[in-house]
Amino acid sequence: MKEFLIRVSIEPKPELLDPQGQAVERAMQELGLRNISQTRVGKVVKFKLKAVSTTQARERVSEIAQKLLANPVIERYSVEVEEP
Amino acid sequence: MMMHAAVVVFPGSNCDLDAYHVLKDLLHIETDLLWYRETDIDRYELVVLPGGFSYGDYLRAGAIARFAPVVQELPNYLERQRGIVLGICNGFQILTEAGLLPGALTRNINRQFICKTVTLRIENNATPLTQLFQLGEIIDLPIAHGEGRYIAPPQIIERLKKNRQVLLTYYGENPNGSGEKIAGIMDETGTVFGLMPHPERNAERLLGSGIGLKFFESLVQETVHA
Amino acid sequence: MNKQQGLSAHEYEQICQALQREPNELELGLFSLNWSEHCSYKSSKRFLKLLPTVGERVLQGPGENAGVLELENGWCVAFKVESHNHPSAVEPFNGAATGVGGIIRDILSMGARPIALLDSLRFGDLTPWPPSQRRVKSLGVEGRETPDPQTLGLSVRGGVGGEVRGVRGVFEGVVAGIAHYGNCVGVPTVGGDVYFEDAYAENCLVNVLCVGLLKKHELKRAVAQGIGNKILLVGARTGRDGIHGATFASEDLLGEREEKRPNVQVGDPFTAKSLIEATLEACREPELVGLQDLGAGGLSTAPPEMATRGDAGLAIDIEEIPVRAEGMMPYEIVLSESQERMVLCVKAGSEQKFLKIYHKWGLEAAVIGEVISERVYRIRHEGRTIAEVPISTLVGGVPEPELTPSPPSQRRVKSLGVEGRETPDPQTLDLSVREGPGERSWRDRLKRLLQSSTIGSKRWVYQQYDHTVQTNTVIGPGSGDAALLRVKGERFGIAVTMGGNGRYCQIDPCEGGIRAVCESAHNLLSVGAEPIGITDCLNFANPTAPEVYWTFEQAIRGMAEAAKAFGLPFVSGNVSFYNQSETRKIYPTPMVGMVGFVRDIEHNRVPMGFQHEGDLIYLIGNPQGKSGGSEFLKVFYNVVGGELEKTDLELERRLTQAMLTLTERRLLMSAHDVSEGGLLVAIAEKGFPRGWGARLVLDDISEEALFGEWPSRFIVTVAPENARAFREVLDGAGVPYQLLGTVGGRSLEFSGQAIAVEELQEAYESALSALGAIL
Repeated sequence: MKEFLIRVSIEPKPELLDPQGQAVERAMQELGLRNISQTRVGKVVKFKLKAVSTTQARERVSEIAQKLLANPVIERYSVEVEEP
Repeated sequence: MMMHAAVVVFPGSNCDLDAYHVLKDLLHIETDLLWYRETDIDRYELVVLPGGFSYGDYLRAGAIARFAPVVQELPNYLERQRGIVLGICNGFQILTEAGLLPGALTRNINRQFICKTVTLRIENNATPLTQLFQLGEIIDLPIAHGEGRYIAPPQIIERLKKNRQVLLTYYGENPNGSGEKIAGIMDETGTVFGLMPHPERNAERLLGSGIGLKFFESLVQETVHA
Repeated sequence: MNKQQGLSAHEYEQICQALQREPNELELGLFSLNWSEHCSYKSSKRFLKLLPTVGERVLQGPGENAGVLELENGWCVAFKVESHNHPSAVEPFNGAATGVGGIIRDILSMGARPIALLDSLRFGDLTPWPPSQRRVKSLGVEGRETPDPQTLGLSVRGGVGGEVRGVRGVFEGVVAGIAHYGNCVGVPTVGGDVYFEDAYAENCLVNVLCVGLLKKHELKRAVAQGIGNKILLVGARTGRDGIHGATFASEDLLGEREEKRPNVQVGDPFTAKSLIEATLEACREPELVGLQDLGAGGLSTAPPEMATRGDAGLAIDIEEIPVRAEGMMPYEIVLSESQERMVLCVKAGSEQKFLKIYHKWGLEAAVIGEVISERVYRIRHEGRTIAEVPISTLVGGVPEPELTPSPPSQRRVKSLGVEGRETPDPQTLDLSVREGPGERSWRDRLKRLLQSSTIGSKRWVYQQYDHTVQTNTVIGPGSGDAALLRVKGERFGIAVTMGGNGRYCQIDPCEGGIRAVCESAHNLLSVGAEPIGITDCLNFANPTAPEVYWTFEQAIRGMAEAAKAFGLPFVSGNVSFYNQSETRKIYPTPMVGMVGFVRDIEHNRVPMGFQHEGDLIYLIGNPQGKSGGSEFLKVFYNVVGGELEKTDLELERRLTQAMLTLTERRLLMSAHDVSEGGLLVAIAEKGFPRGWGARLVLDDISEEALFGEWPSRFIVTVAPENARAFREVLDGAGVPYQLLGTVGGRSLEFSGQAIAVEELQEAYESALSALGAIL
């Protein structure tokens, strides 16, 4: 078993309104950061996981992400698995 | 000298009219609702940053409002010693984000928004905001916030206590888990004030004990004598 | 049945006839939304006509975005209740949040500033934490793919939720959504109620009432008129949100495949707050002709409704609409249910003024069309007409479905007990309270009832709602039977309440309807207010089932009868059908919201709790009755049933008059209506605010007498020196009364036993935490 560093990024589904992203984008524009668009605010969950392989780690994390970390009605997620 | 006060209106402010009502209707002070883009604030002896959810508090409470033109102007206003700045609830959050008050206001310990009346203790009555209270007086005020847990590094807390910058602490129950039960503070110069509880929501007998009015009366007395 | 767009074959025929051709896809979309149950009230309107709608104070009755009543000194109150049941069942947080937003914009459409919110919520029974193996049953239909209902729950916003979904997740998500939206938008949530019953396990109810305040001359209507006048779309951008939401609300809540389900609408209370301020600014401009919020159906329904009221036509240009996503099709733009948007009709030439107001508040605003003389709704895209339908057919042209109400073959009035538990026959129950200690003593029974989720404190819920913002809340949640608001600078006050006991309606829909009205009236009378008007939200299952349709008719007949007895008008309302899963229908649940007027808020308001030692405790009203539907039957015997005592509306009328006279003459030290939990629960609750106990003398101490729920009762206290005047008022009004004891001590005492008020209050306050609601 190896210990993997896991990073699950969760963000609002692209077709849904993200009021937070919208407010942050406007503020960034007001502070002079031009030419930005598509700002989305989500969250990141980081943890360590012991598994036999990257594939197994990814499978188990995807399962828990779907079940617990993300709400599939409004959010999508991506999983990064980093080898030690 | 008659006092002239401003209540700042940010997009998302929702206690602006409440503060305005106390100053204007109850204390008959000349008061303006000031749009957040205004920067001409030297004519005011009191600038109130009211409660609410400026910019929806979408990033962190107060994080976006601190860049508003009127807030950017406050350091100059204070340097010129034009008057007093009072932040209530979201206003307090903006002042900490802007660095005009030390520390930070974080998510309540129970992770929920809390709206209730709490008891508080006056920790310093030798300030423009609290001079009409007794030292150690126990009062009741409503709170209504999701991010009111005051935190600061130990050395800052020590300094606050040593300089008697802590004005108000939660008495008995600590509703949001604030460090040292801190509910209200001021800066080192005694001109910038931040309160998590809402004195403007208990300023009339019809709504409770009415004790909140004393904070505003204290400020009026201060500017009259100044 | 045209599955895609939810129209029946008969309806499709009617459309072809009206158009003299086949409709294109967009036109079909327009009809689908406008002719949906949610927007057209096609199944409900024949019975809604039975409700009284006129009264001296009525400035605006049903037919606009909200009803309006006149108060005093030119002040008016606008109010309406609306449901957001289905969206909340699918995505509790956002569903509830957008429900709050929608009703706020309805009030805003009248030109009123929103000043208060109330929520009536119904969820499945909460089971103790950690949850047992009991999972929410799969909602699917055979042959269709069914998602795991556990994934239909809590938004991560309310904390990482996951396995805590199901009933608990829905409950927490809904409360968090209401708090998120209401708190941020700065409108206090001052009241409402929460019940937990298995009947709502798969189909929660989220009914939100909003109250607004305006001056009579500020009243606005949702009208578009004056040929050439401009149509503005203001607020947020239009995205691919909730397309076909109204059609969704007009179907049973089945396990739709994910791609079939409309995109969840996400509320943005920050934008909404700016929209309120900007719109109130716009309302001060004389060039504003009319305004309406965009709710269910978006641009497919609001503009034609406005044109109908103005007896005009309307044209819009798709390319002028600010959109959020690239590549949106006209169909998507027109049917989008993106939140925080409103439509304005303004005088030609004044557009710039209005655009400026909204831009100042950081909002979108665009001229998207104009009023035209032909009575059609015309949608243009780059100069080309892509849809054109006659307004009169689109709005109000829907054929009434042929539904027949018929009573269920076997009225199951007795045991409707909780699943999986043994259910005794109520007729054979021994309801006498045994003297002495032990499980059957009144003290233990009272404690258990106070701890039931129906009766116990909802502090965990309302403490998450800002109920003091705007500084008008004189009586807030948890401290009275109704909320009481002052109006700054005026002597008078406004009381508001909302509720409805579905269990009573399940047993007897007509009597349940009567009681829903009476209970709300009692709540107002208890705080010292005179009831002046009603808004209602009728939550029922699928109306095409004859027995469901029958309960709907019966409930309305009951509500109408009661309202007529009180002389109260219905000024606004909402109907929500199809509240069922394939396994279970909700209880028929008519929710009644009511507004009351307090002439002098300083002197005429009445507190709920005992005030002074030595005050006399009286029961006013009906001294005895049948106790079917009572909470104690469910809690102690697992019986949801029995026979309901029929409300005596003649007595109700006299009782109302008596309470108003007592209030006016300031003879009451406190008042509380007797409702769920019966007599002893009402008395116990009166002790909580100040910790006062009571010494009682009760002749009948059977469970039925102590805990039975029958209508037309108040518990009041009177100062001894006023007792004579008090009795004279009641004798004069012909209302029965009974001296029950005196206020005093710190415990509740009778028949040789006592229990500390503190102990009772602990039980009451722990009702939700005992169920493990607090994580």
